[in-house]
Amino acid sequence: MTGLWRKQDLPVLVIALIGIWLLPFIISTYTLTVLMVYGMLGLSLGLIWGFGGILCFGQAAFFGLGAYTYAIAAINTGESTAPMLLAIIVPAAFAALLGAMIFYGQLTDVYLGVITLVVTLILFRLMNSTAGPQYVIGNARLGGFNGIPGFHTLNIPGQPDRFIWGDGLYHVCAFALLIVFFFVTWLLRTSFGRIAVGIRENETRISLMGYDVRARKTILFSIGAAIAGLAGALFANWGEIVTPGLFSLGQSAEIIIWCIVGGLGTRFGPIIGAAGLAYLKFLLGQQAVIDNAIIMGLILVVFVLFLPKGVVPAVVSLWHSVFGRRAARRKTRQRRARTGWTPHA
Amino acid sequence: MDLFFVILVEILYAIASLALISAGLAVVFGMMKVINLAHGEFIMLGGYTTITAVNLGVNVFIAMLIIAPLVVGLIGLLIERLIIRHLYGRLVDTMLATWGLSLFLVGMVTMIFGNTTTSITTPISGFAVGGYQVNGYNFFIIFIASVILTGMYAVLTTTRFGLIARGAMQRPDIAAALGYSPDRIYMATFFCGSALSGLAGAVLAPLVGLVPTSGAAYIAKAFITVIAGGPSLIVGLISSSSLFGLVNQVFTFAVSPVFGEVALLVAAVILLRLLPQGVTGRFFKGRM
Repeated sequence: MTGLWRKQDLPVLVIALIGIWLLPFIISTYTLTVLMVYGMLGLSLGLIWGFGGILCFGQAAFFGLGAYTYAIAAINTGESTAPMLLAIIVPAAFAALLGAMIFYGQLTDVYLGVITLVVTLILFRLMNSTAGPQYVIGNARLGGFNGIPGFHTLNIPGQPDRFIWGDGLYHVCAFALLIVFFFVTWLLRTSFGRIAVGIRENETRISLMGYDVRARKTILFSIGAAIAGLAGALFANWGEIVTPGLFSLGQSAEIIIWCIVGGLGTRFGPIIGAAGLAYLKFLLGQQAVIDNAIIMGLILVVFVLFLPKGVVPAVVSLWHSVFGRRAARRKTRQRRARTGWTPHA
Repeated sequence: MDLFFVILVEILYAIASLALISAGLAVVFGMMKVINLAHGEFIMLGGYTTITAVNLGVNVFIAMLIIAPLVVGLIGLLIERLIIRHLYGRLVDTMLATWGLSLFLVGMVTMIFGNTTTSITTPISGFAVGGYQVNGYNFFIIFIASVILTGMYAVLTTTRFGLIARGAMQRPDIAAALGYSPDRIYMATFFCGSALSGLAGAVLAPLVGLVPTSGAAYIAKAFITVIAGGPSLIVGLISSSSLFGLVNQVFTFAVSPVFGEVALLVAAVILLRLLPQGVTGRFFKGRM
């Protein structure tokens, strides 16, 4: 992947490593772990929506599917390595099927939204109704509304008795997020990523240039689902229980809010939006004066009305307008000094 | 024979309640191309308004048929002025803003009424058909739904307001040139859509235990009914709710209520895949 490495990646990597080291001094690692997981989930939608132009109303379906796959597989195998892989493969395969159905049918925006929303609801309803001993996959009882508790959590690969938990789990999640982040960064630099952005901008033109838009959208959708599935598996390890609530509309809504608030079409935006809003929700959960949903709803409405591009692009353009102009002026001055040109001459 | 009658009533009831919960959304989406994801919460507000009014001593039918539509219509009007009018023509943005709104409304209702189930008793008692008990209120729902659909058809096709509204939806610029303010027409249409949602919530309130998050149960069904119906407002609404209501009840009787629900959703996915423009995008073209 050396051809994809750019100069600006190094500062990002260094800052991220310092951040992973310093953050536990401020926030407890238990909270941080879930923030990292949500960041990854936000990034998964940020990739397909922000860069691929696919607004999926059911990203929570893949998140939940990843979590359930992990839990069921972990109960049946008694270790965690294969379940982790399955938790990535199953949502990706499911998304590939669903995506093929949607994109080869040439369905766009509203219809795409409805179908993904409906699929999430189907999973929610089905999982909710699986109470009772007749609903089992291998040794795992699906448990209906109560979900599946007590599965085998993450262990060091090959050593099922050595569990990774607490600070260890935080580091796993943080480095997983870092790896996913660089994977997304590099993916966007490949021709596949650049064509995906092209499809977002003008689908007809890209298809007239001879690219198979349908296949590319399906693959991108599937990659997004794989990332969401990984986030789901890590979430299952953090929560040590999976419930049908993972498939709920509220969860899907939240992912969309993260992306909008953080900034679409950026890689940092969805991560920052997810972690920031999840932390805000955590803080709000500690008071009882005002309901959580009011704040979340207001944030979404205010952002759509007044800051539709999100926080990160707004900060970037502010940065450019302050520092960019100064740097440009300095460069102009240097050039003028070099050539001996003066404005009044 | 008795069983056949009971099943027929149940199917008609399922179709009527689908049409009822989708009517408000059909007006707002079908005519204004605004996807109101807070539609479920409008229905929920209609329910809460009814229950509050009944608890204050108002006659249950006045509360359902007059107070609830008015209150929810006015709330809708306020929301249209504050938020939605800034977003006309931006489909995805309206979806997101109204989703935020729905969260906000859920939060507000939770703070006011608490996160508990509230309900009122059914005002019409049931009766027996052979060995089966039929809920008399189901007939009321079927009646109200047919009145609403007929009323919508009459208003849109025979009145001046209906004509102007349909004209403004097709070409707002021409309507404006003829002296009708599109802004006002949108406002009035949104009021009507919200009032219909409020009415639906009010009429359904005695049948369900109401919680602040009840709206979520309606929005997806209403959404798919309207989208699957396609561009013709009333014919689309009738055809898609008939189809989904039928599928839902058949599978409910054959397997289980949960499976009926799932069958409805699966039918919607298949239908959208086959007819992405909705039923009336292919059949009954150009009807109202």
